[in-house]
Amino acid sequence: MEIEAEANPMDKYLRADRIPHIWCPGCGLGIVLNAFLHAIDELKIDMDELAIVSGIGCTGRIAGYINCDSYHTTHGRAIPFATGLRLANPEMKVVVISGDGDLFAIGGNHFIHAARRNIDITVIGVNNYNYGMTGGQLGPTTPLGARTTTSPYGNVEHPFNLCHVAHASGAVYVARWTVLHAVRLKNSIKEAMNKNGFSFIEVIAACPTTYGRRNKMPTGLDEMKYYREHSIIRHGIDPSQANIEIGKDIIVGKFIDIEKPTYSDAFEELKKRVKK
Amino acid sequence: MNYWVEKKEKQIHANVFIIKDRCKECGFCIEFCPQGVLKVSEEFNSKGYHPPKLVETETKKCIGCGFCSMICPDFAIFVEKEEENEKN
Repeated sequence: MEIEAEANPMDKYLRADRIPHIWCPGCGLGIVLNAFLHAIDELKIDMDELAIVSGIGCTGRIAGYINCDSYHTTHGRAIPFATGLRLANPEMKVVVISGDGDLFAIGGNHFIHAARRNIDITVIGVNNYNYGMTGGQLGPTTPLGARTTTSPYGNVEHPFNLCHVAHASGAVYVARWTVLHAVRLKNSIKEAMNKNGFSFIEVIAACPTTYGRRNKMPTGLDEMKYYREHSIIRHGIDPSQANIEIGKDIIVGKFIDIEKPTYSDAFEELKKRVKK
Repeated sequence: MNYWVEKKEKQIHANVFIIKDRCKECGFCIEFCPQGVLKVSEEFNSKGYHPPKLVETETKKCIGCGFCSMICPDFAIFVEKEEENEKN
């Protein structure tokens, strides 16, 4: 039976007065937000003990829509803010949700050093292959040969493989999903938030307005159908084998799940040792 | 063998709740519904999009998996299960 409704059950976690959000029809960011809210709903996290940090860009708007302590930081500086929050209040769960340009271009150094130190935060990096908010410019994750506003004849720069960067920098949990794998993404977010250490989830999201339109996928639905046909789940594969190339399958799954002492643990131990 | 065994079959139905004014007509719920119970309606919402509606002949077919609510970017659709036992 079909019933007309006024409010969604997830509205209790949202700043519902700001909904409908600004994202284009077919954008994958709404699905990332949705999966994240379902994950915190199932984990039964107290909203007072959760902090969301985001950078600049379309993805940076996510922090503004969640009704908890949320920070919309300067460009690329989401991870330093999150590091400070985490170290100042060890009870707090800190999640960084930001885009590929913010985390890996402008904030690239912060990302690798937070992963190297193994700070206990969860980073959700939404990869839509370009700088969407500013008009679809070439970014560090644009695949070879893809057309963007600033590469109208095709990209000649080699892109980052975000999962490989995270693994090489020392992250303890690395997974990649597309927005079509919404349920698996939700389960992955739950795992990552319970994980002790630097956990990274790459989410491949559709950007029909600025990326898809120039790459023969003009609607969000076209991009989602592409993910359905071209994604393969390979758990535990070496992330260096999971490059994203045009015309090849997107390898998704949970790649890395290891245990390693976190920065706060090591620091507490050091304090005990020095005080003796 | 079923003549003397009273066979009970649990049938799961679910109600589909749609917030029409939030819909931006991306079409994900219609395309990816495993049971194919949704289609585009002809009415307009306040933004000028066509929100989804149930296919008239399939009103009892929704099993409440909730994938439409997971994949909706605009929080415009959700389902609630309604369980009932029916004798066959």
